[in-house]
Amino acid sequence: MARINSPAELEEFRKDIISKKDPNRPCIAVCTGTGCLALGAANVVAAFKEEIEKQKLQSKVDVVDIRETGCPGFCERGPIIVIYPEEICYLQVQPGDAKEIIFETILGKKIIDRLLYVDLTADKKVVHESEIPFYKNQKRLLLGNNIKIDPKSIDDYLALGGYSALVKALFHLTPEQVLELVKNSKLRGRGGAGFLTGVKWEFARRSPDKTKYVIVNADEGDPGAFMDRALLEGNPHAVLEGLIIGAYAIGSHEGYFYVRQEYPLAVKNIGIAIKQAEEYGFVGKNILGSGFDFTIKVHQGAGAFVCGEETALLMSLEGKPGEPRPRPPYPAVKGLWGKPTNINNVETWANVPLIIKNGSDFLTSIGTEGSKGTKIFSLVGKVNNTGLVEVPMGITLRDIIYKVGGGIPGGKKFKAVQTGGPSGGCIPEEFLDIQVDFDELAKVGAIMGSGGMIVMDEDTCMVDVARYFLNFLTDESCGKCTPCREGIRQMLKILTNISKGRGREGDIELLEELARTTGDASLCALGRTAPNPVLSTIRYFRDEYEAHIKDKRCPAYVCKELISYYIDPDKCQACMICLRKCPAEAIDGGKNRIHIIDQNKCTKCGTCFEVCPSRFGAVTRLSGEPVPPPFPEEKRTIVRKSKDK
Amino acid sequence: MDKGKIDKIIDKYEGDAGSLIQALLEIQSENRWLPKEVLAKVSKKLNVPLSRIQHIVTFYKAFSLVPKGRHEVHVCTGTACHVRGAPRLLDSVKDLIGISPGETDMDLKYSLETVNCVGCCALGPVMVIDGEYYGKMSPAKSEDVLKNYD
Repeated sequence: MARINSPAELEEFRKDIISKKDPNRPCIAVCTGTGCLALGAANVVAAFKEEIEKQKLQSKVDVVDIRETGCPGFCERGPIIVIYPEEICYLQVQPGDAKEIIFETILGKKIIDRLLYVDLTADKKVVHESEIPFYKNQKRLLLGNNIKIDPKSIDDYLALGGYSALVKALFHLTPEQVLELVKNSKLRGRGGAGFLTGVKWEFARRSPDKTKYVIVNADEGDPGAFMDRALLEGNPHAVLEGLIIGAYAIGSHEGYFYVRQEYPLAVKNIGIAIKQAEEYGFVGKNILGSGFDFTIKVHQGAGAFVCGEETALLMSLEGKPGEPRPRPPYPAVKGLWGKPTNINNVETWANVPLIIKNGSDFLTSIGTEGSKGTKIFSLVGKVNNTGLVEVPMGITLRDIIYKVGGGIPGGKKFKAVQTGGPSGGCIPEEFLDIQVDFDELAKVGAIMGSGGMIVMDEDTCMVDVARYFLNFLTDESCGKCTPCREGIRQMLKILTNISKGRGREGDIELLEELARTTGDASLCALGRTAPNPVLSTIRYFRDEYEAHIKDKRCPAYVCKELISYYIDPDKCQACMICLRKCPAEAIDGGKNRIHIIDQNKCTKCGTCFEVCPSRFGAVTRLSGEPVPPPFPEEKRTIVRKSKDK
Repeated sequence: MDKGKIDKIIDKYEGDAGSLIQALLEIQSENRWLPKEVLAKVSKKLNVPLSRIQHIVTFYKAFSLVPKGRHEVHVCTGTACHVRGAPRLLDSVKDLIGISPGETDMDLKYSLETVNCVGCCALGPVMVIDGEYYGKMSPAKSEDVLKNYD
């Protein structure tokens, strides 16, 4: 491919790509994002390819294309395929289905019923992707293209109008005008803090230094969050285009992608995208003949959560340990190698081409007063439709969890939703109707954060959740400043004691005091937000803390030291399932002999509780009460009526 | 250990102290651990004091200073997996292979690690062995899975 040297040449080339694509030619798009790959999508692709080869040999015609795409979000039902042009969506496709799909749907134009989504509320099967409730209730400005393009093909991106925003910026707008557009769009940083992107850019632009850097922060470290990965894996050029436009507005000629090494596919796809963009002349010297130069490097993180914090990220980029430094000076003044630097999150950059292409009103027309546009959340935990969801700002939590997420599995009761990762908070049921945006979430003690949304049901212990996050943060605290390093450690110690039944009167108050100090005195956002999980759980679930401390009882039956498993002798049918499965060999019993758990041997792994047939329901959990004494030996034999005859 | 390959990586970054982490990541990925003599070589060639290299390799989780077992077992302890029972899964894996996270057994058969999130939350609790994903795990199922490795 030769370099494209002007906007006219690009449009010519784009026309050429589109004319070569027959819109009526069938295409099977298979999600090969990390989630679907884990579910076996690679085998599905291989099965399709094999079947197509066979077809070619037999009938000498090539009937269908295969497109390996990024993640469209519905991970729960992977591997997902969408068949174009009809947009038929099949879920949980297995390699064995490939032949049938080619023969029935591609050649025979017939729908295969069993692979469709079943809408239980309306009791009907749904054929098209856009009609599935999970998708229907979203607004997918950023994620929507993932299933339509092969992330390894820049031509696919161009066919959908890609890089036209770059042309508009470079040839029809001055850097100041680009900046103005982004400012007017009121776009706020999607990485967590929600700072106005346009204002941030302006700081960097105004810094009086010739060398400036722009950086994509793709060090997505929050456990349970994978929005940025889906964008990088599925539509890397959108992020890249946003970055180049931002560099133009700020006056930077060098950029970096800082990607965590735990995301190998994202690293690979972004590398391919940059190489293609260089070949086409969207990156490099004299971009599209505009006279603007810009080069990009990819840098991998090495596994440190704190490197998502911008000053720590800069240290890591310079090849040093990722320890934050105090701000000011902000990176916009003194950043990478001491030069002005602008750092934005992946999702923020991906919004930029949309704003330039469609104007700032496009974004301001969506959302709430203070938060504009859409936000991608990774909806996970105790929810039916686990996956990535992109919704307009201002949607209620209830709509996200019930309309998009399909509610709580197994008829369990909702307890809380945790937003914002380890820096966020738990929101109880009473606030499910608040509008999701930066400010409303903060009011109830949580944060937007990067977009993790973990749903918890009645089986989740809130003390354990707080302990979990502090355990994570104590590992990830870099140790540079004392309030964070020691504050988190001491809070964790108290929480661990509470969860082990060693809690004391006054622990809650002590936790609150430690939390306030850690929050006030820590150097960077990691420490300053670390108290959130503790404070929000105390605020809304104080009764659970008190149950642990006073009654030595874990209401959700999670904290191991506070629960026991017990076999109800009236219900046990001596079926021997738990006895065989118990890894600790702690269950005594036999055929027709009621089983008893030896509490001294029991490791509380819960296997017996899981395997006991639900029609018996003999294994129960106890907490805060003593285990009844073993059933007398003489009564343990079960006399079955059928055997008497 | 393939010395030739490691030397090649180090040579590529000669004199480039800013790329220290990238060089170490490449070596880690090639050799799966960072032997002392390799670090000494990196220090010399990239012109970075060994003390700083030591700081880096102990700060970042991606690096290992001890050899890894034949099978790398990763139990995801991300939030979604946690609320779905990852702690019980981890306990049972620990019991079954007899080591704690961060350790390698004496026969160099298994290395056990916890990971903060592998991003397949729909499958939680998840365990990854040598890159192979095992979803919707339970203590009982983990025993069946581990039986297949030797």
